[in-house]
Amino acid sequence: MPTIVVDVMPKAELLDPQGKAVTGSLARLGHGTFQNVRIGKRIELTVEGEVTEEVLAEARQVADEILSNAVIEDVVGVEVLAEAEEQA
Amino acid sequence: MTARIGVITFPGSLDDRDAQRAIRLAGGEPVALWHGSHDLDGVDALVLPGGFSYGDYLRAGAIAAHAPIMAEVKDAAAKGMPILGICNGFQMLVEAHLLPGGLIRNAHQQFIRRDQRLRVENADTAWTSAFEAGQEIVIPLKNADGGYIADDETLKRIEGEGQVAFRYLGVNPNGSLDDIAGLTNERGNVVGLMPHPEHAVEPGFGPQTPAAMRSGVDGLGFFTSAISAVVGAAA
Repeated sequence: MPTIVVDVMPKAELLDPQGKAVTGSLARLGHGTFQNVRIGKRIELTVEGEVTEEVLAEARQVADEILSNAVIEDVVGVEVLAEAEEQA
Repeated sequence: MTARIGVITFPGSLDDRDAQRAIRLAGGEPVALWHGSHDLDGVDALVLPGGFSYGDYLRAGAIAAHAPIMAEVKDAAAKGMPILGICNGFQMLVEAHLLPGGLIRNAHQQFIRRDQRLRVENADTAWTSAFEAGQEIVIPLKNADGGYIADDETLKRIEGEGQVAFRYLGVNPNGSLDDIAGLTNERGNVVGLMPHPEHAVEPGFGPQTPAAMRSGVDGLGFFTSAISAVVGAAA
């Protein structure tokens, strides 16, 4: 069945406490190469049948209105999962 | 008349019974309401209690903000009914867009519980009229997602229009912008805050005070304010 992937990230200008904690942890473990970590969410929506433009529009609406909160987060992607990735 | 104040229980609510008890101690009649219904049972005011509705999945308060009863809560808010959101209830009110801004994980990543000093910034709301503007109160605080944020424009607006109802004093326990602990809507009927007034209503069970152990009852004023608002409106 086709899957739509919604990616949500905390707004760039806001503190991301999770990312900050992991940044500190990586530095302590000797991975200071990674200067900054930000943590968001990947949400998979499985669809029965074809992903039409209407279905995609509905997914975008759900992403904006329920899956994310525009005050604190940005929806950075609403995309149909490629079939190869889906079977993997 | 006796004010009838509804307390809505959601899956994962923890402090609904405490809120009911606080209403009773303040002289009102608590009415238990259920998130899955569309019936407010004719109550005069509403409390959205603390807890971890739906395990804080997605975002704290996000799923509860779309519960069936929230349609009636939004209608009631628009008609001016006094509505108080405590902790998780405050998170629901911002997720339902009944109050501006958002609440994120505490800046220090930890759950925190402390007796918190607050300053009442706005004593003209349905839930704060028993206080005086500038009054200092002590209310227990306990949360993981209490960091208040809003964009610059929103922050400027709510500060300018007196919508900051409570501010943290002494310690900012969670990284909230401008030390904001609680808000009111423009009309003053919808109020939300992270600290728990229902845990400061009976001597022996409240926060510590210099006078005696656990003797703090500053939370009572929230509920007596709403009762006065309701009784005053009916008179």
